[in-house]
Formats: sequence, C-alpha cells, structure tokens
Amino acid sequence: MIVFDQVQKSYQVDGRAIPALHPTDMTIENGEVFGIVGHSGAGKSTLVRLINLLEPPTGGRILVDNEDITRYSAAELRAFRRKAGMIFQHFNLLSSKTVTGNIAFPMILAGIYSKTEIRDRVKELLALVGLSDHATKYPSQLSGGQKQRVGIARALACRPTILLCDEATSALDPQTTQSVLKLLGDINRELGLTIVLITHEMDVVRRICDRVAVMDAGRVVEIGPVSDVFLHPKHPTTRDFVFESENVDSQAMQKDLQSADGRILRLTFKGEATYKPLLGRVARESGVDFSILAGRIDHIKDTPYGQLTLSLVGGDLATAMNALEAADVHVEVLR
Amino acid sequence: MEAMLGDLLSNVDWLEIGWASWDTLVMVGLSLLFSILIGLPIGVVLFLTGKRQLLDQPAAYAMLSFVVNVLRSVPFIILLIVMIPFTVMMIGTSLGVAGAIPPLVAGGAPFFARLVETSLREVDRGIIEATQAMGASVKQIIFGALLPEAMPGIIAGITVTAITLVSYAAMSGVIGGGGLGDLAIRFGYQRFQTDVMVITVALLVIFVQVLQMAGDRLVLYFSRK
Repeated sequence: MIVFDQVQKSYQVDGRAIPALHPTDMTIENGEVFGIVGHSGAGKSTLVRLINLLEPPTGGRILVDNEDITRYSAAELRAFRRKAGMIFQHFNLLSSKTVTGNIAFPMILAGIYSKTEIRDRVKELLALVGLSDHATKYPSQLSGGQKQRVGIARALACRPTILLCDEATSALDPQTTQSVLKLLGDINRELGLTIVLITHEMDVVRRICDRVAVMDAGRVVEIGPVSDVFLHPKHPTTRDFVFESENVDSQAMQKDLQSADGRILRLTFKGEATYKPLLGRVARESGVDFSILAGRIDHIKDTPYGQLTLSLVGGDLATAMNALEAADVHVEVLR
Repeated sequence: MEAMLGDLLSNVDWLEIGWASWDTLVMVGLSLLFSILIGLPIGVVLFLTGKRQLLDQPAAYAMLSFVVNVLRSVPFIILLIVMIPFTVMMIGTSLGVAGAIPPLVAGGAPFFARLVETSLREVDRGIIEATQAMGASVKQIIFGALLPEAMPGIIAGITVTAITLVSYAAMSGVIGGGGLGDLAIRFGYQRFQTDVMVITVALLVIFVQVLQMAGDRLVLYFSRK
C-alpha cells in the first residue's frame, strides 16, 4: 500500500518556490492498477517520481507498506528502488547493451544474484514479454513496442512489488499501445503487482485501471473507481478528459440538446444491464416516445457499459424513469 | 628515376627519419596514455559536479573548470617553456622524448577532460534516471551506464586528442623535444633543407590520417545507435 500523507513538492526557481504538487493525501492499494491523468504540467510526472523518490518531496510523508520511505538512508533507498520497477515514455534503454544486457542490468546492479540466476531470469522475462527471438539485438534494432517490452522486462527483473509507468504508451501507435496495455494488465493479474500509471490519455485509464486520480495544476481534483469517474465526472477537468476521449464536442452537443423536444435524460448502464433489451419495454409500458441524441457502448477494464442521451416525449414520464432505475440504470435529467 | 629521386632527397637521412618517427610515436603514445588517465577522471568529475547533474557542486565545478580553462588558454608553445622547471623537477631533464611528455600531458589532459565532459552530457538524461530508478549508486551509474553510453563520444575524443598531441609533439622540437618536429626545425628550417621538411610533414600527415581512420573505425564499432 502506498500512502501519501500531506505530500508536497515545490521547485526553487530564481529563489522562489514554485509548487509542482500541493499537499496531497492519497492511498494506492496493493495489487490495483492506479491511473493518474492530467494535462502536461499538471504535476503527474512529479507525483509518480515521488513514489521512488527520484524527486524528493519538500514536505509530508510517503508510506510504502507502512514504512516512511522519505526517512530511508541512501542504501535503504537503493534497496527499495529495486522493489519498485519503472518504465518510461522514451524507454530509456541503454543503447550500448543488448536486449539481454538491458534486462540483466538491474540484477547486476543489485549484486545479489548469481550468473545462473540472472541468465535464467532473463530467459523467463524474455518469454513473458514475447521477445525470446530478440535476445542478442541492440535497442536500435527494435520497434517502439518491442523497446517498451524490453523496458517492462527490465523493470520486472528484480521481482518488484510496484511498477511505475511514466506515460509508457504515449510514444506508441494505437495498436502497439493496445498490446502493451494488455501485457501490463496480464502482469498485474498474474504477478499481483501494484501498477501506478500516469498518462494523458483517458483511453489508457479506461482499458486497464481500477482507480484513477485526475490532476490539475498540481492538485488531485478527483479520485475514485474508474467507472465512477468516467461515467459521472464531477470536476471540469475530468469532464474535459472524458469528452476528449469519447470525441465529443461538448459545444456541438449542447446545441443538439437545445433543438431537441421534451425531457432529456442521460442513461448509464453498467455490467449486465448493458445488454438487456430495456428501452423498448419501458417505452411500451409507459407510452413515452424516445429519440436517441447520443450514445456509446464500450468497456471499462472488463466491465461493459453504455451511455445514452435520449429525449422523451409524451406518455408517463415518472413510470418510465422508475422502470429504468429499477433495472439498475443510472438516470440523469439533463433538461 | 632512382638517381633523380636521390638528388631531390639528397639531404634525407632515412635512418634519422626512422628514429624521429619512432620518437614521435613514443611521445604521442605516452602523452596520450597519460592524458587519458588524468583527463578521463577530471572529465567525469566536471560532468558530475556540473549544474543539475548527479552531484551538482557549483564550487567544485567552478574551481576545476578554472584550472582546465587556464591550461587550455595558454598557447602550447608558451606552455612548453613555462613547464620546463616542472619537467626538470619531475624527470630530471626538459630535453628529448622524456622531457616533452610532461608539457604534452599538461596540454592534452585538460583538452581531453573537456571532450569527456561534453560526451557525457550527450548521454540521454532519461538513461541516468532509469539507472537511478533501478537502485544504482553513483559509482554504478558512472561505470555501468554513463561511460558505456558515452563510449563512442569518448573514443572520438581520444582520436581528436591524439591528433592534437601529434601537432603539439612536433612543436616540442622548439625546446629540443625530439621527433619529427625537431627534425623539421633543425634541418628543414634552420638548414634550409626543404626535402627534409617535405618528408617530415608528409609523415605527419600520414600519421594523422591513420589515427583518424582508426578512431573512426572504433567509434563505428562502439556505436549502437
């Protein structure tokens, strides 16, 4: 468990303290995939680097499994960092070492593994990330996706309990992003690793995260399970992110809504309810007519969800709304 | 044909040329070795103590940087003369091959140190960060990541330093340093033996060419980018 207790960070620029992270309380549970989204400059890079003290905080405590890591000695900190792997947007592989050399590197640095242990572990990791055929290649001979797989294998070498991902998919094309995210998801499930992932793409959060924190101007403005944050965003920044990821032009949508008749509702289905033939039945029973103004059906991690914006005309509106809510549909009245 | 060549090069004593070439090789070789041994650690310290680098020690950086700058701003011909008392103190003579080496190192080491500093700065900061995140100590970062990653740049720096030392070594002929430069000055210049001058210069050109080619090959070999 990673606990932030009034953690803050500021940088000294020309003798003045510029805050990068305002005092923040936050808990990341063991074994979860925790996403941090924010625009560039929102402080998410700083936040993730606080967890392995690449950036030391200027105030507060950071507890990892009940130990205050900010009080660690240099040697203790080095030992801790071995248990917290990290992957990067630009991979940061050593160009002078082969794939094998890169994956073995953290184990060699640790100085506690025998040659056979290292050899066996590298082999195992190469198989895990699907790069067994590329063991003797140099990073420059690999594609972006392959480089990130080497990065992941390297981060896992010393069997960490935490994996920090700094915009790990931002330099990759959509297809490669999917496969890397799938790999991260598998790792999280199979090894029970805690993954902390920062990104500016809400889509990445939706694919693999359990919980998410939204950052804006050095503050965590919203935090919660991904489905809650995604389907019912409260903070304007969160709403921007959600709309952005759904390619919704919020101004155009407002206009559409204005020209529609009747009552406008937004229905949110989750899980089983997504696939039930509900609308037709409700319309028949309550006599309302509906037209669909906007809609989307997709997945949040492994849970299917749907979101529909409807305008309802005539019939018995109260009955319709009760029927919808009875079927586990979240109903929001927009107008 | 042979007679003509003989006439043209009437003053050239090939044995002398051979010895002078050997002397130049020894002077460049030894001074390069010592320049690397002294310049490399200085370059690493310059890099580490630099602004926003791993150790970030402005005072130490400023001091070391000043010493390096002073040595580099003194024209080598002056450095040769200034160094004479130190050279005598260190190895008992300021003449010959041995006497030329201390001033050559005094000129070569700071030069090489700057080249090392520059090539270390070219290493992607992300790689240093990644190595830190693996729990590496500063020593491990230097030997495990920084130096291997900067290797092509450092080898290019060694090549440039070696070539600079060839020309410095030739200059040391002025204070009786020996080698091809000494030959060129004593015979080519002071006795107006143009043929000797031409041969020594040609040999120096070949020497530099070979060094550059070898250096480029090595850089290519170590480059994995």
